[in-house]
Amino acid sequence: MSKTKQNDSFLRRLISNQMFIPLLALVLLAIINLINDPSFFKISVQLNNAGNAVLSGYLITILDYGSELAILAIGMTLVTAASGGQDISVGATIAIAGSAMLHVLCGGVARPTELATPVFVAFLVACLVGMACGLFNGLLVAIFKIQPMIATLILFTAGRSIAAWINNNELPIVPDPKFAYFGGFIPGIPIPTTVFIAAACIIIMALVLKFTNLGLYTQAVGINEKSSRLNGINPTFIKILAFIILGLCVAVAALIKVSRLSTINYSVIAKDIEMDAILAVALGGNSLSGGKFNIWASILGAYVIQFLTTTLYKFEVSSDALAAYKAIVVIILVVFSAPTVRDYMGRLGKQLRAKKEVA
Amino acid sequence: MKRKLLALLMAATMVFGLAACGSKAAKGTDASGGASDGLIKVGIINNDPNESGYRTANVADLKAMFTKENGYDASFAYSLKNDEQIQAAQQFIADDVDYLLLSAADTAGWDSVLKDAQAAGIHVILFDRTIDADDSLYDASIVSDMAAEGETAVDWLAGQGLDSYKVIHIQGVMGSAAQQGRSGALDTKVAAESNWEIVTQQTAEWNAEKAQQIVQSVIDSGKEFNVIYAENDDMAKGAVAALDAAGISHGVGKDVIVMGFDCNKWALEELLAQNWNYDGQCNPFQASYIDEIIKTIEGGSAPAEKVVIMEEKGFDATTITKEDVEKYGI
Repeated sequence: MSKTKQNDSFLRRLISNQMFIPLLALVLLAIINLINDPSFFKISVQLNNAGNAVLSGYLITILDYGSELAILAIGMTLVTAASGGQDISVGATIAIAGSAMLHVLCGGVARPTELATPVFVAFLVACLVGMACGLFNGLLVAIFKIQPMIATLILFTAGRSIAAWINNNELPIVPDPKFAYFGGFIPGIPIPTTVFIAAACIIIMALVLKFTNLGLYTQAVGINEKSSRLNGINPTFIKILAFIILGLCVAVAALIKVSRLSTINYSVIAKDIEMDAILAVALGGNSLSGGKFNIWASILGAYVIQFLTTTLYKFEVSSDALAAYKAIVVIILVVFSAPTVRDYMGRLGKQLRAKKEVA
Repeated sequence: MKRKLLALLMAATMVFGLAACGSKAAKGTDASGGASDGLIKVGIINNDPNESGYRTANVADLKAMFTKENGYDASFAYSLKNDEQIQAAQQFIADDVDYLLLSAADTAGWDSVLKDAQAAGIHVILFDRTIDADDSLYDASIVSDMAAEGETAVDWLAGQGLDSYKVIHIQGVMGSAAQQGRSGALDTKVAAESNWEIVTQQTAEWNAEKAQQIVQSVIDSGKEFNVIYAENDDMAKGAVAALDAAGISHGVGKDVIVMGFDCNKWALEELLAQNWNYDGQCNPFQASYIDEIIKTIEGGSAPAEKVVIMEEKGFDATTITKEDVEKYGI
């Protein structure tokens, strides 16, 4: 009897844990792939065209291509928690930050023969641009009290035109092959660089959350803005800060995106990535109306989305149908997190337990 | 108070910045009232100039032609969405332009708005892309024959004499004229020949990143392939990035044949370096043809041909020259 109770509470703890949904999704996807074709999990070493031994296989692909999304999920979670809304301008601001980075790297020339400025400086510029976009969104949301989705709609609409304008409608190509390391491989290291970049972002975020009050304050603002102000927290500052951090995440994602192909196309780069980032937050079990949050669940959610995308590519699902599959995931999530369904499940659970006890 | 003021200022500058960038697109409405000074009023509806290198060259060509110096009062509207383009067309009709130049985002849905134009006595000239409408609804169309582009490319590929063709086919936005024409030729060939086979056929929507993921997925699956048939240069570039990461050689005399379309300058340079094998031209320079037709109509006669098909080439990496890159690169 006591043993079943223990089991019961363990199960309940597991289900109530925020990591449960993304983990469940991950396990489901893994099982589907295992049944379909175990070679999905095979990782092999091969030489790439630059002559380096690198790891390759579906799992590496997931880790590689999921990096940008994982990085964006960090910022998106904070924005969601603090402001109770989402930033839909992420894809467009990646285009802006990426375009600024290209402009600085190539010195405004379309076909430069060498880098005009060191990559570090260009990245710094991209960070500043990303943060400026974040600040703009943050000001609209925190000071002018505009709904986040409406406020970020401005950059969502105008961002790609701004990106094109920065480079005079030209598409510069970065000449230095070393620049491709950020979105590819560093010679001698068989793991994609993007994995290290994502890991670095995650570790920095972990340290920030551990050693500052950012997490606590963000939650407080998200749960009740008024009472957090009464407790001496400045909600305006916290909200703007969340958007600025997202701006930094955008700059890092832009670095990876630009580096992957040494150039970008303003109208299609990171297209619809904001929706994936929001989906990652939702998949992580975070309330989209703000308050409590779990960044790790969002990051896991991001990799689950990439896992799903890669799996669908493997099954040769037509790529324009990918969005439909993601929509199904959204529907399931939304239905399960709806209060009425939750109440019903809670009641059902109680009934089941009551029956067990009677038996 | 100070901080609020600062915030307001910053927001205002950014909004003005946006307005400055947006003015290009909004030109359609404010450029009215030019008919009185003897200029020909032209409303030009095009796709987003940032869509691709092709479009950038196309827009630049049109802008250079339809200037006040050349006797035109031109307004431009850009959108990748058909409904927004139709709205822009209605706006131009309301503004009473003399000519409506159109590169439609989608082939369908243009009948009623073109009938309105006809009723208002506006000449309609299609450029770059054709539409599904009765040809009495427009005066002329200057287009690329996408099917011919596809056939030229597929004929070239057939001429390579491989024992078997295992093709990764990366398509553009489904339903666009370029996709239909370029896919059609390959599909027909694959259906007809026993040693031609499609390994995977996916749309990357003109997007290099998507193309990279699609090819990556084929590589991960371990399937064999020896041809990449990408329907534009951007997607070919994405595909090549995936090949490079996996250590698969590509180009002249290598394992995988890489084919692209549009003849971007950087793509032709890849051909010159023999990293790619083939690039099909898609001629974006229609402005001079349009100008000629408008002059004919203004002179009181109908254009000699209703449909003008532009001459287009295909370049082979083994024969391309530096001059070709300079002349045909966009």
